[in-house]
Amino acid sequence: MAAHASPRRGRASGLRRGEAVAGWLFTAPVIVILGVFLLVPVLMALWVSVSDWAGRGSPLSGDVSFVGADNYAAVLADGGLATKDFGTALRNNAWYVLLVVPLQTALSLFLAILVNRAVLRGRGFFRTAFYFPSVTSSVAITVLWMFLFSASGAVNDVLAWFGVNGPNWFNDPRGILHLVLSAFGADAGPAALTDGGMLGVSWWDWFAGPSIAMSAYILMAVFTTSGTFMLLFLAGLQNLGADVDEAAMMDGANGWQRFWRITLPQLRPTLFTVLTLGLIGCWQVFDQIYTGTQGAPGKTTLTPAFLSYQTAFKNQEWGQGAAIAFILFVIIVVFTLIQRWALRDRPVSRRRIRAYEVAEKGAMS
Amino acid sequence: MTRHTTRAALGTGAVLITSALALTGCGSGFSGGGDSSSEGLTSSDDALTVLIGSSGDAETEAVQEAIDAWSKESGTKVSLQAASNLSQELSQGFAAGKPADLFYLSTDQIAGFAANGSLKAYGDELKNKDDFYPSLVENFTVDGEFYCAPKDFSTLALVINSTMWANAGLTDADLPKTWDDLAAVAKKLTTPEHVGLAFSAEYQRLGVFIAQSGGGLVKDGAAIADDDANVAALEYVKSHLADGTFAFAKDIGAGWGGEALGKQSAAMVIEGNWITGAMSNDYSSVDYTVAELPAGPAGKGTLQFTNCWGMAADSPNQEAALDLVEYLTSADSQLAFSKAFGPMPSIASAADAWTSANPELEPFLAGADYAQFPPNQDGAADVIADFNAQLESLKTGDPAQILDSVQSNLEAVVE
Repeated sequence: MAAHASPRRGRASGLRRGEAVAGWLFTAPVIVILGVFLLVPVLMALWVSVSDWAGRGSPLSGDVSFVGADNYAAVLADGGLATKDFGTALRNNAWYVLLVVPLQTALSLFLAILVNRAVLRGRGFFRTAFYFPSVTSSVAITVLWMFLFSASGAVNDVLAWFGVNGPNWFNDPRGILHLVLSAFGADAGPAALTDGGMLGVSWWDWFAGPSIAMSAYILMAVFTTSGTFMLLFLAGLQNLGADVDEAAMMDGANGWQRFWRITLPQLRPTLFTVLTLGLIGCWQVFDQIYTGTQGAPGKTTLTPAFLSYQTAFKNQEWGQGAAIAFILFVIIVVFTLIQRWALRDRPVSRRRIRAYEVAEKGAMS
Repeated sequence: MTRHTTRAALGTGAVLITSALALTGCGSGFSGGGDSSSEGLTSSDDALTVLIGSSGDAETEAVQEAIDAWSKESGTKVSLQAASNLSQELSQGFAAGKPADLFYLSTDQIAGFAANGSLKAYGDELKNKDDFYPSLVENFTVDGEFYCAPKDFSTLALVINSTMWANAGLTDADLPKTWDDLAAVAKKLTTPEHVGLAFSAEYQRLGVFIAQSGGGLVKDGAAIADDDANVAALEYVKSHLADGTFAFAKDIGAGWGGEALGKQSAAMVIEGNWITGAMSNDYSSVDYTVAELPAGPAGKGTLQFTNCWGMAADSPNQEAALDLVEYLTSADSQLAFSKAFGPMPSIASAADAWTSANPELEPFLAGADYAQFPPNQDGAADVIADFNAQLESLKTGDPAQILDSVQSNLEAVVE
C-alpha cells in the first residue's frame, strides 16, 4: 500500500545469500494471499468484462470467448436500457459525491476544531459523541434512517411542529432541483436540455439534482463519516506546532485569517487524505443502497456499485457487471488524480509575492 | 544475487499460478457442454440438495416435511437449504459448477439460466405433465421447451374490507363488474381516513387493468407495450389516482396492498392470495372478502405469479430429482403446502379439493382461466423494473410516453 518505495531499497543492497531467501520466504505468505485473493480475482474479472461468460462453470473454460469491448459498449454506447441505467446510476452518484464530499469535509474539520480547543469542557465526551455514528454498522444506521425518514417517521413529525408537510422521503422520485424549479412553474425543461443528453439520460434529467430519497442518504453519509474524518483532522491539528500560529498572532492576524492562512494550508496532507478517502467511499456507495432502497424510488438511488452487483447476479449479465465495476474503477482513479493535482504543492504565485513585496515596502518606508 | 531473486520470483509466480489454477479449477468440475435437451437424465446414488427461497418458517417446515416423507419412501437422502438471497445463491452455485439439484426458479430468471445451459429441461418427462394448467406450462416454456414443473401459483383479485363495505351501504350486489362500477364503489368508499382502492405502483398490480383492456406487453413473440389498450388502461388508473379514489400503497404510508388493507388506510386492494397469511398473522381483527376483479373493455383479466422446481443441468442424480418433483407437485403435497402457506395448486386435479377447503378464496382460483403473466424473456425483468420506476410517477406522467419507452426497451429484448 506504500505509495513510493524508499530510495534505499536497491537490488543487491549488501544482503547475503541466505537473507534473500529468508526474505522471500517470510513475505511469500502475504504475496500468495494477496495474489490469490486480490490479483487473480481482479484479472479474472477483467477477463470476464471482455468475454461472453454467462455465469456457468469456469470463465477460463474453452467455450467462453473474447468479445472485445462489447460489454463496455452495451454500458456506454448502445443507448439501450443498460446504457440508460448506467447513466442514471452515474447521475445519482455524481450528485451524491458532489454534495457529500464537501459537506463531510467541512463538517468534520469544523468538529475537529471544536473538540481541539483546550478550553472546551468535556472534550472527551464530545469526541466520543461525534465519533459514535462511525462505529455503528452502516446496515444498522440504514435501518434507523428508513424509520426516521418514513412517511410517518420522526423527521416528518418534527417538521410538522413547524407546520411543514414533510415529503414521503424514500418514496419520492423527484429531484430536488426539479422540485425547486417546479415551484416557479417550470415543470418541463427547455428543448435545449431535454433533447440532448449523455448515456441515455437527458441533460434535463442530469440536472434534476439528487432525489429526496438520495438526499436522505446524503444526510446519512455526512452524519456517519464526519466522525471518522474528524479524528483524522484532529490528529492533523495536534501535530501542528503552536509557534507559527503565535507568530501570526504577533503579526496581528485575527482568528479567521489564522485559520485560512495558517492552519488550513498546514493541514493540506490531512485534507488530501480526507478528500481522497471521501471520494473513493462515495463512488463506491453500496451497503446503504442494498439494505435500504435497492435503487427505488424511480431508480433515483441506483448507484454504479449496486448496478454492477444487480447486473451480474440478478440479470446474469456477468460481462456487463464486470465492465461497470472497471468503469467505476477508472472514474475513481481519475477523480483522485484530479484532486491530487488540485491540491499539489505550488510555488507561491507571482501575484501573491507582489502582495508581500508591497507590504514589506510599506513596512519599511 | 540476481539469480536468487529471479528464482525466488519465479517460485512465487509458480505458487501464484498454481493457486489460481486451483481456484478456478474448482469451477470446472463438470464439463461445460450446454446439454439442456430432455433426453438422458443422469442417475446415481448421490444425495440431493434442494434450495428454496422461503417466505418463512411455515413454508420451510412444510417443504421439509414433504421432502422427509419422500426421502423415507425412496431411500435417497435430501438436504434442504433455505436461501437468504435466492437469485444470488443460485448464480453462485451455477458459476462454481456446484448448484443445488432442485431449486425454486422464478419466471423472470428462467430465460437467463436456460440460455447459459444451467437448467435441465425436464418438463416433458413429468408423469403428471398434462395435469398442470396450460398457462403455467406456457410460463415455463422457453424456445418451445417445457423446462420445469410449476410449483404452485397465485393470482390477483380484489380484496375488500367488509366493515367499510357495509358502512358505505354496499352489499354483495354492488361487487364491481366493470371499470365504471369499480370507480363508483371506490368513490363511495373513499373518506378522509382512507382511500377507496390501493395497490403498489408496479406493473405487477396495474397489469390487471392492462389485461382487462385487452392489452399486454408481449403477444405472439412481439412487443405490444405501446398498444392503445395499454394507454387506455393507464389513463383510467391515472384519472382515478388524480381524483383521489385510487392511491399507490406507498403514498398512503403502506409498503404494499396487504399493509394498506391491514392498517385500514384503504377499503379495497388488488393483491394475490399471499395476503391471507399477512392478514391472519398481523391484522387478524380486519374482516375481508375476496372478489374477482371487474371486467374491463375487453373482458376479465388478472395476472398470475408462479415459481417452478428448477433442475440443474449439472445435477448428478436427475432421475431421483425428477421423482422428487413429481412427489412435490402431487395433489396431496400441494394441498398440504397450500394449507401451510397459502398458494394454489398448479394442477387442475387438485382444484376441487382446494376450493372446498378454501371457499372464500375461490375468486383467486377463478382467475387461473384468464390470467396473463409478465413476459419471461431474458432481460424482460429489467424492462419491467424500468417500467415500474416510471409508473411511480404515473400521477404526473404521460401514459403514452411511458409505454413508448417500455416498447423500445422490450423490443430490444424479445426480438
